[in-house]
Amino acid sequence: MAVTVDQTIAQKQHSFLSRLFSSQTFWVVIAVILACIFLSFATDAFATSKNLYNITRNITFVAIVALGMTFVIITGGIDLSVGSVLCLCSMVLAVTMHAGYSIEIGILASIATALVIGAFNGIFIAYLGFPPFVVTLGMLSIARSLAMVASNNTVVFQFGPDHDKLLALGGGAWVFGIANPVLYMILLALITGFILRWTKFGRHIFAIGGNEHAATLTGVPVRQIKVAVYMISALSAGIAGIIETGWLGAVTTNLGNGMELQVIAATVIGGANLAGGVGTAFGAIVGAALIEVIRNSLGLLGINAFWQGTFIGGAILLAVLFDRIRNFRRSD
Amino acid sequence: MAVLELTNISKHFGAIQAVNDVSLSIEPGQVVGLMGDNGAGKSTLVKMIAGNFRPSHGTMRMDDKELILHKPVEARQHGIEIVHQDLALCNNLTAAANVYLGRELRRGVGPFRILDYAAMYKRAGQIFAELKSETRPRDLVKQMSGGQRQAVAIARTMLSQAKIVLMDEPTAAISVRQVAEVLNLIRHLRDQGIAVVLISHRMPDVFDVADRVIVMRRGRKVADKAIALSSPEEVTGLITGAIEQVA
Repeated sequence: MAVTVDQTIAQKQHSFLSRLFSSQTFWVVIAVILACIFLSFATDAFATSKNLYNITRNITFVAIVALGMTFVIITGGIDLSVGSVLCLCSMVLAVTMHAGYSIEIGILASIATALVIGAFNGIFIAYLGFPPFVVTLGMLSIARSLAMVASNNTVVFQFGPDHDKLLALGGGAWVFGIANPVLYMILLALITGFILRWTKFGRHIFAIGGNEHAATLTGVPVRQIKVAVYMISALSAGIAGIIETGWLGAVTTNLGNGMELQVIAATVIGGANLAGGVGTAFGAIVGAALIEVIRNSLGLLGINAFWQGTFIGGAILLAVLFDRIRNFRRSD
Repeated sequence: MAVLELTNISKHFGAIQAVNDVSLSIEPGQVVGLMGDNGAGKSTLVKMIAGNFRPSHGTMRMDDKELILHKPVEARQHGIEIVHQDLALCNNLTAAANVYLGRELRRGVGPFRILDYAAMYKRAGQIFAELKSETRPRDLVKQMSGGQRQAVAIARTMLSQAKIVLMDEPTAAISVRQVAEVLNLIRHLRDQGIAVVLISHRMPDVFDVADRVIVMRRGRKVADKAIALSSPEEVTGLITGAIEQVA
């Protein structure tokens, strides 16, 4: 035998490039770049700073929630309540500030609401064994209804003494003219990426998604981690809600309606696997970016807006199709 | 001196007597085959040693100190490691990640501790080399053969100073060539002075690798003798009940 055991063990099977080319996220990035290049030539309006500012800012709300959703999806779960939780957290912030409290108290109340809802979802799922789909479907209904109760189903657009601070927080551009929401998104993406790659907690999330039974047997605190991921998911929805409130300057009980599907679409396009065990922070952002570029380009190219759903749905299927083809090749 | 000694151990679940008055001792560096039909009490006995169940009666002693286990983690702390029948591996993680699952190495201070990938790859690689298994620490378990998967599961038991390794049907669902690999892994554990309890239905494997065979039937120990003094025919008779009991 020419090759010893030690050499075999030391050998790296995959080079950086082969890993890059086999990643779904990479190909979605290429798709986004190609689309941007095409649109810059095909339309006059795309490559203007105003349009790019709009696109990047529009990406953020879906992307921030998608970052939280990534944690849940990696464990093999799903959170359908994020759109409603976003609305409820916005409303809690708006109502608290409207009542004359400061922005700090408003944000605190809003985040506390998110964490309580996340813990509620997580405890039902992890300790009582409810399917995530059912629990979060129930919460989708409950949270939106609570938002209506909190506001008496009115539009809130006056935020008390700290009104201007809130609008600056969400609508400003403090650094280099980049919209504030984009900065928050980048910061949160870096934190998410760090947690997933470099912490024990992140490692355990992947383990639960890969084989929950094995994780339990090897002493991973599966239940606590599951509660934590649903709290993170709700927290990300709450943060997105706070930022979106500041950007819009008004909250209606319709906010975030149907958003859960866009968020799940973004994570799946970005390479997360709904069966669990796979997903990245970068993928969530890129998935959200592709969806937004599609939406934006259809408008600029003068295609009827009714076609949006078809194109986004097509993008989901195409992204997963690439993944399937890769797996077929591997299993040969 | 025995590494593990069970004295008059019994376990009942309500009216069902799963294990009845079993005494045995296991020496360091010894491979013991634990055989018996389904429902003979093997699993219950092993689960008591692994800390999943507490015995109803009797005592367990480890290195001459009484051993009382409340949960599996405590068994692990005492140097009792288990290789589960389904191996308990995560396909989406690397071999090294699986070896260190639940006891990841970290570096840094206080709350800013990050996973120490380099150290985990290095140590996992050393263990695979010790086991003479061609398993790469960076490969995903998804792409591995049955023998390599066994090596990953067994490597887990070598992270800490294991004294006794319980293996539940390690050769049940793998190819002939891989069975040979697994039996070699067991010999490597033995050569390091680790006691191995091999629970198996496969007569050839037990007679190939074990030093001693213990046969259980209906919750009782019906045989406990050196492999050299027994034969597959005798063990089959003991398992089915054709032979009542041997000394």
